[in-house]
Amino acid sequence: MKFGVVVFPGSNCDRDMFDALKHDLGQDVTMLWHKDRDLSKFTTEDCIVLPGGFSYGDYLRCGAIARFSPMMQSVIEFANKGGKVFGVCNGFQILCESGLLPGALLRNANQQFVCKNVFIKNSSEEVFKIPVAHGEGRYYADEQTLNELEANGQVIFRYCDENGQFTKDSNPNGATRNIAGITNAQRNVFGMMPHPERACSDILGNTDGRQIIETLLMAKQLVH
Amino acid sequence: MEITAKTAQQLRLTEEEFELIKQKLGRTPNFNELCAFSGMWSEHCSYKNSIKWLKTLPREGGRMLVKAGEENAGLMDIGDGLGVVFKIESHNHPSAIEPFQGAATGVGGIHRDIFTMGARPIASLNSLRFGKLEEDKTQHLLSGVVHGIGHYGNCFGVPTVGGEIYFDESYHTNPLVNAMSVGIVKNGETVSATALGKGNPVMFVGSATGKDGIGGASFASADITAESAQDLPAVQVGDPFQEKKLLEACLEVIQTGAVVGMQDMGAAGIICSTAEMSAKGGVGMRIDLDKVPTRQSEMKTWELLLSESQERMLLVAEKGREEEVKRVFEKWDLPCSVIGEVTEDGMLDFYMNGELDASLPANELVLGGGAPQYDREYREPKYLAEIAKFKPESVAVPEDLKAIAEKIIALPSIASKRWIYTQYDSMVGTVNTSTNTPTDAAVVAVKGTTKGLAVTTDCNSRYVFADPYKGTMIAVSEAARNIVCSGGLPLGVTNCLNFGNPYDPEVYYQFVNAIKGMGEACRRFDTPVTGGNVSFYNQNPDGPVNPTPTIGMVGLLEDIREKMTLDFKEEGDIIYVLGNITDDINSSEYLHRVQGVKYSPAPHFELEEEYALQQQLASLIKSKLVRSVHDVSEGGVYVTLCESGFNRELGFSVSTKGGIRKDAFLYGEGQSRAIVTVALANVQAFEAALNIPFEKIGVVSSGEIAVDGDFWGTIDWWKDTYDTAIENYLAKEDAGSALTAI
Repeated sequence: MKFGVVVFPGSNCDRDMFDALKHDLGQDVTMLWHKDRDLSKFTTEDCIVLPGGFSYGDYLRCGAIARFSPMMQSVIEFANKGGKVFGVCNGFQILCESGLLPGALLRNANQQFVCKNVFIKNSSEEVFKIPVAHGEGRYYADEQTLNELEANGQVIFRYCDENGQFTKDSNPNGATRNIAGITNAQRNVFGMMPHPERACSDILGNTDGRQIIETLLMAKQLVH
Repeated sequence: MEITAKTAQQLRLTEEEFELIKQKLGRTPNFNELCAFSGMWSEHCSYKNSIKWLKTLPREGGRMLVKAGEENAGLMDIGDGLGVVFKIESHNHPSAIEPFQGAATGVGGIHRDIFTMGARPIASLNSLRFGKLEEDKTQHLLSGVVHGIGHYGNCFGVPTVGGEIYFDESYHTNPLVNAMSVGIVKNGETVSATALGKGNPVMFVGSATGKDGIGGASFASADITAESAQDLPAVQVGDPFQEKKLLEACLEVIQTGAVVGMQDMGAAGIICSTAEMSAKGGVGMRIDLDKVPTRQSEMKTWELLLSESQERMLLVAEKGREEEVKRVFEKWDLPCSVIGEVTEDGMLDFYMNGELDASLPANELVLGGGAPQYDREYREPKYLAEIAKFKPESVAVPEDLKAIAEKIIALPSIASKRWIYTQYDSMVGTVNTSTNTPTDAAVVAVKGTTKGLAVTTDCNSRYVFADPYKGTMIAVSEAARNIVCSGGLPLGVTNCLNFGNPYDPEVYYQFVNAIKGMGEACRRFDTPVTGGNVSFYNQNPDGPVNPTPTIGMVGLLEDIREKMTLDFKEEGDIIYVLGNITDDINSSEYLHRVQGVKYSPAPHFELEEEYALQQQLASLIKSKLVRSVHDVSEGGVYVTLCESGFNRELGFSVSTKGGIRKDAFLYGEGQSRAIVTVALANVQAFEAALNIPFEKIGVVSSGEIAVDGDFWGTIDWWKDTYDTAIENYLAKEDAGSALTAI
């Protein structure tokens, strides 16, 4: 499979994502420019990544401008055809703004940017240590949507403590029901606030992110 | 408008300087020209009251690729065809008025200095000073500055990997905000801030110019603002998104090969960048100011010359290749216009709608050219006599040493800065290796190589206040020690010299002696001063700030996997103090904050002892005989032990040493010491390898803390107290109780 990382003006985790995929995970990766539209080189086996950062400065609302970029129109088409799309941090915000994922990311409950290691747990009860870095990461959706997400198993990560307990203190931004990441009903679009690409390299002393990327995006390929 | 010495005075030029300008021009300058001189001959741009002493610092040698002051930032060779570019700069005055924008634009400005040379910034640091944390004003400034640094740095996408913060009443009115940036450049891809080649186009790129920050470098004359610009904001406004695009565009445009020279516009905006680039190339420029994109209508010539609008660059390109340059900036949606061309006669001719509004010899404006250089008188400050009178015997050793430790661990200058650093993105860029494995200096990876850089900012200004010469040697030594403790080799220094008014002989004494001490220490560690910044006038009617010569230092690890961490590794490891344990409580946080003694000498320090310690540490780390290394600094041995225990929640059992005051042993800040741990199996080999004084003081425990056999609680309690102390100050409802505890 191939990866394409979209570069918006103001993206600042694009190179980190590229490095993690290419050097730490040995994947085939190309950068995609926000003004282009061409995704013809990608099949639905491939994955388009929306990286973290401050697309277009995020002066209006995080991701609100990026969703209108030419490349995003192609990414939306690609997702609707079943192609994998993965948004991290600002990428998650863009996915929510563009309607590919339900809900919204609000300003952190304590009104402050937060950057630190947190723990998150997936549906298989595995706990990962992954960094967060955001000012608007408080996941929010109405009760009905939340109930549907849970019923369908679309909540892919929740903030927890080191021991896997869902506590208030382990939630860095006040996200509803400790939600850190979700997928769509078709399970081909994924968004998460924590940054797995920041936890892929031995030299950084944390490689929990590799498993997240591998199980989330490359599972199919691993089975082959 | 008649231009007289009075006009010059309103622009903060002296009568003598006005006469000198007339002499250099052979005529009386017009108002625009006088404004240009006012900006360029300001302290900030001309270094007129500091350059004489700065020249005594070691400013070349080692791995330096450019001499100090020649480019926007220092450049040193790190091998593998790469260079490290770094610089520290102050933004004190704007931050005092408007902490959020002041700090934000400070961060933006220092990054521009790095990428204007063709380097990509990979790490930023800062050094902050505020008044007492219990004051509302301090809390307002702290929260604004932290928010500003975070706002700019997080969006720009460079991790904030390190820094230091002290709280002291001398900074109550004048906080200090020093920001440092470190970047990497490939050899041969650096760009010089030099204009060359008659007829080459002078291009203006980045944000449009507005009236913000006019006179930031030089004058805030009431008469000028009253007459011309009543509503000018004195502080610049930053746009990190614009700067992020400017960074990418500048690095991309360099790849075209069409760039002759480039300089960012910081202090004194267009006049400074045109003058410095021209003077350096021995050329002149013809500039059409009406071609500069503006965001306000009817900007006057002098406003355009002096505006400090942010996120702007001046670029000289090869004639005929303008379109290649423009294409790159268009890609990034950034304005780019040709505003003039390089000329041969050394004159800066500024036209407005075809009219010649200012004509100035570039070289006469700049440092090293016509800018004045002064000898200032200095005199030993009277307070030094007070300091010399201090007798440690006058302070009784407290009965309850544990209660003292509980106060010290929660002092704002010692406690965890968690509330602050979690608001900065410290991990973007995926190079910061110190997040998960803590080190004394932040260790960042140089991608594509096995190398790492160890970076740090250091200055304990109480030591400098007590003894400017020795205190500054300590600042340099601590920076080098932090790098060595992390497994790095110190390479070079950038300095940010924050002092009061240089016309006050007692302040100037502090400055002169600080420079002397810095020079001596830098020569000993072979760490040349690659550049930096002088910030005078950090003073108000109550007096100057403590003299604060902040040291930014960069070190190299050839193999980043060999880095050394500061945390205890395992129960049962043996704890040693390396270096002399002195019977010394001088200038410690303990003496100052807990015992309330304001005047005491600088702590024990001998440069040769320090050098020997660092050599010893480097060889112990190389031979893998130590499992953790942490230097002893503020708070003394006890705080150092706690900090080493926090990461893995390991405790310690230690014994004090006979013949030394117990408070000095635990909380004294005598210099040139480090706490190291050694695996039991390596104790013999370790002790055999030592050729400096050392003391075995105890053993790492599973979590309990014991001092001379007394149980002092468990490490988790100390960690919680350390982590939450500053947060408790800032939580208003808790402020009262925290206050009574100190």
